[in-house]
Amino acid sequence: MAKTYKKPEALSDQHTHYCPGCTHGVIHRLVAEVIDELGIRGRTVGIAPVGCAVLAYNYFTFDFQEAAHGRAPAVATGIKRVRPDLIVFTYQGDGDLASIGMGEIIHAANRGEKFTTIFVNNTVYGMTGGQMAPTTLPGQRTTTSPAGRDVEDVGMPFKIAELISGLQTPAYISRQTVLKPKYIVRGKKAIKKAFQYQMEGRCFSLVEFVSTCPTNWGMTPVESIQWAEENMLPYYQLGEFKTPE
Amino acid sequence: MLKQIEGSHAVAEVVAKCRPNVISAYPITPQTHIVEELANIVGQGKLDAEYVNVESEFSAASVVLGASAAGARAYSATTSQGLLLMSEVIYCIAGMRLPIVFTIANRAISAPLSIWNDQQDSMALRDSGWIQLHAEDNQEAADLHIQAFKIAEETNLPIMVCMDGFILTHAFEPVDTPDQKEVDNFLPPFRPTNIVDPRWPRGIGLFADPRFYMETRYILHRAMEKSEETIKKVSEDFKKAFGRDSGGFIKTYKLEAADVVIISMGSVVGTIKDLIDQLEEEGKKVGLLQICSYRPFPRKEIYNTLKDKMNIVVVEKSISLGRGGILASDVRWSFPRAEKKDRNISSFIAGLGGRNITKNDLRYMVEKVEKEPVELEFLGLNKELISEKDL
Repeated sequence: MAKTYKKPEALSDQHTHYCPGCTHGVIHRLVAEVIDELGIRGRTVGIAPVGCAVLAYNYFTFDFQEAAHGRAPAVATGIKRVRPDLIVFTYQGDGDLASIGMGEIIHAANRGEKFTTIFVNNTVYGMTGGQMAPTTLPGQRTTTSPAGRDVEDVGMPFKIAELISGLQTPAYISRQTVLKPKYIVRGKKAIKKAFQYQMEGRCFSLVEFVSTCPTNWGMTPVESIQWAEENMLPYYQLGEFKTPE
Repeated sequence: MLKQIEGSHAVAEVVAKCRPNVISAYPITPQTHIVEELANIVGQGKLDAEYVNVESEFSAASVVLGASAAGARAYSATTSQGLLLMSEVIYCIAGMRLPIVFTIANRAISAPLSIWNDQQDSMALRDSGWIQLHAEDNQEAADLHIQAFKIAEETNLPIMVCMDGFILTHAFEPVDTPDQKEVDNFLPPFRPTNIVDPRWPRGIGLFADPRFYMETRYILHRAMEKSEETIKKVSEDFKKAFGRDSGGFIKTYKLEAADVVIISMGSVVGTIKDLIDQLEEEGKKVGLLQICSYRPFPRKEIYNTLKDKMNIVVVEKSISLGRGGILASDVRWSFPRAEKKDRNISSFIAGLGGRNITKNDLRYMVEKVEKEPVELEFLGLNKELISEKDL
C-alpha cells in the first residue's frame, strides 16, 4: 500500500512540549512541509525566540540559532548578511516580536533584510503563564490585566501585519490562521510564498498567524478555536497586506 | 499574620504594604508570580498605585526611573536576562541617586539558556552602585523589602533584594506578613529630596565632563560605604519593631569554636546550617558566616569576625570566568596581605544553573578543605559530560 501522507523530513520525531490544542504544532508542520517541498532543508537556518517556541529547535531537522529575547530579527540579519545563500527565518510569538523585540522587527523589516519571519499571535505571553501582551484584545482578561485590557490605559492591540506593511521596503506581508482546515491550506500557501520570495532574493517577508492559547485562556481547545474566530478574526483580519510589485 | 504562602506572593503582599506609587515590570521566570500578584492587588483596588505594563525590562526600569525622579516610591522586579537588559538603566538609577527597590529572583544567565537558580545575574551588576541584600528564606525576603524602602530612601541609593529563584520564589513556607499599620509605623511616607519639579528647577543625570565625572563616582562609592550604618540600624530597628532578626550586614552560626568556617549567601545557608548541626554531632566544629549585604561588602565585619580563623571556605553560585570565585575574591581581599600567610581561604563554585547543592556535596567540601586548601573547585561537577577536546 502506498503512503500518501507522512511526516515531513524537516520535522523531527520528538514529541512537542506544546499544550493540547496549541496551534504551534500545526504551524511547525506547515513550515516543515514547505521546506521539504522547496528542497531547502539542507540550507535552512531557523532562529528560535524566547517564549513557548523556545524549544522549536527540537522539532525541526535543520540548523537553529537561539537569540536573546526579541532579538531574533537582528540575529537573522547577521546570519543572512554573512551567508546570503542560506534560507533564514525567525519563528516568534507576540511577546518576543511585538513586545520586547518590536524595535528589532521594525528595523529589520525596514532595512529590507532578506529573511522570513513566522509570527504566531495568541494574544498572551504563553510561556510565563498568560500575561497581557501588546496583542491582547480590548477587555481581554489576563493575569496582568485582571479587569480586562483597558485601552484607555495601555492602548489598542498592535496589528503587526498592517504596521509592517506600512513600511516601503518589505516584500511580502500576510496574516493567516490555522483555526480550520480551509485556513490551514491558505496558511501554507502564504508560508511557501514567503520562502519563495526569499529564495528569489526579495526583501523581508512576514506571515502572521492568528493563534490560540487554550491553557492561558482557560478554555478547551475547541472553545479556544471558537473564541479566536469570534474575537480575533474581526480585529486581526486575514489576507495579504503587501506583495512584491 | 503567620501563613503558609508562596515566596513570590509573600513578597508581593509585603511590597504592596510598603505602598509603592508606581510599579512597572515585565514577566520573566521565575520572577513572574511577584508582579502577577501585585497586578492582582492593584486590580482589586487594595493598593492605590500606577501599575504600568510595558514591552520590556528595559522600559520597566526606565519607567520606574522616571517615576522616582518625579517623586514616587517606585518598585520593579526581574531576574537574569531581564536584569541584564536593564543594566544600562540600572547604572543610571544609581548615578542619579534614585531610591528604587527591585526584587531579583536570582537565575542563571544565557547561553546556554537556563531558567534555574544561581546568582550570576545580580553578581553581574555588583559594581553598579546598588545595595544588594540577600535573603536566606522567604521570611527574610519579605522582611528585607520593608527594610529596603527605608534604607533606600534614607541613603538615596537603590536596592536589589535578592532571593534565589524557584528555591525561594516558588517555595511555600510559613511567612509572617505584617499588617498595614505595622508597616506604616516602621516605614514613613516617602519624602523625596531629589526630584524634577519646576518649583525647584534642577536637572538629573546630566552631562559630566572629565572635570566632574570622577567626583560623582567617588561620592557614590562613599555613599555605598556609608550606607553600612543605615543597613545595620534599619535591621536593628526592624528587630525591635517586628521581633525578627532579618537583614543586617552579616550573620553567624556556631562560629566561635569553629575550626572550619563556611562563607556563603542566599538560600543555601539553610542547608549549610543543617550540615553544621550534623557535623557537630559527629564531633566536628564547623561554623557559618552568612553574607546578608553583598554590596556594600562587609569587609571589616569579615575581618573582625574571622581574624583568628585559619581555615575558611567560600561557596558561591556565581563565577568570574577566567578569574574564579567572585565572593571568594572579595573575602580574600578582606584580610590584610601580611596576615594571609597561614590562612587558607578555599573557593568552591556550586549550584550553577540550578544544580542542587546537597548536604553530601557540602560535606565533601568540608572534608576536602580540612586536608588541604582548594584554590578553585566546581562542586558536583559531572566529569562524564566533559570530554578532553572541550578543554
